[in-house]
Amino acid sequence: MLPVLLVLTLVEVGSGLVLGRFEAQLLRFPTLLALVPVTIGTAGNLGSILAARLSTAFHLGTLSFDPTNDTLAGNAVATVGLGVTLFPVVGVGAWTLTALTGGARLSPVTVVTIAVASGLGLAILAVVVTVTVTYAAYRLELDPDDVVIPVVTNVCDVLGVVVLVAVAQVVV
Amino acid sequence: MTVRDAAADAYREALPALAASLVGGLVAGVVLGGMRGELRAVPGLLVLVPALLATRGNVYGSLGARISTALHQGLVEPRVRAGDERLRAAVAAALANGLVASTFAAVAAFAILVGLGRPVAPLPTLVAIAVVAGICSGVALSAVVVTAVFAGYRRGRDPDTLVGPLVTTTGDVFGVLFLLGAVRLVLFVGGVV
Repeated sequence: MLPVLLVLTLVEVGSGLVLGRFEAQLLRFPTLLALVPVTIGTAGNLGSILAARLSTAFHLGTLSFDPTNDTLAGNAVATVGLGVTLFPVVGVGAWTLTALTGGARLSPVTVVTIAVASGLGLAILAVVVTVTVTYAAYRLELDPDDVVIPVVTNVCDVLGVVVLVAVAQVVV
Repeated sequence: MTVRDAAADAYREALPALAASLVGGLVAGVVLGGMRGELRAVPGLLVLVPALLATRGNVYGSLGARISTALHQGLVEPRVRAGDERLRAAVAAALANGLVASTFAAVAAFAILVGLGRPVAPLPTLVAIAVVAGICSGVALSAVVVTAVFAGYRRGRDPDTLVGPLVTTTGDVFGVLFLLGAVRLVLFVGGVV
């Protein structure tokens, strides 16, 4: 457990470095800072739930790595659908809570735009990463339950930071 | 099963857990947004935030999964008072892993920031913050995970489906709250000494 944990921690420090590069902007706009935990958390959860479902389907023998496979396509569609449902709520929630605590400097439209654009990108990335890692585990004959979930969760965390910061650069 | 059925199934099963952890993430975000003073006072602290939050999820998620497996196998009784040795060992191992990973994150962040020539607080400050936050949130999360998994199991719920959302929700909130507490404590002690 420990060596894997340390590697994953190092990966997360990498995403922290990305945050650190944009520290000035994040400190100027508290709403952006408020988006950080929920965006990386939701991205990681979308990836880990998809990974858990694909691993189970794989063990049950109902999964094949073929775009026309119903389980694979259905779960991919659901992941993007969940992203589309949840990220508008993330944007509205982050803006409202920051406004209530007296720190909102960005308009609600800007915040929701950032949340939705990041969320859509992250949902698609979560599908790509999860399917790739699950396929790699299958080819390398590793148990997807052991490998895929921690790798996918942490990779999605890092992508969460990168995508959020990138979208904020474009929108703000 | 068609693609439509598979998608509807996956969507319905995932939505409640995701919504719960979304609320936790938002609360954590607001606390983080209110921490700007502390983040300015301790350069490099922001770099640690994702690692510290993820450690909570990685370590205590795995603790919850271990306890639910042990419950399913009948190796652990769903009672806290029993003082079961396996349970104590699992919690102690999780706390130790959490502490090692938090300290490692602080040292790695410090070394990388120094290497890049970016501003960073002294190493003892960052390590002290990571350790204090790690111990406090570790004890709180262990208590929540053990209590909730046992309570769920006794009510006939599968603890496996409880652990993930529970840890991501409470992990973010406790992670940020205890981080704020730890920064204030370390800055206060540092100012006094």
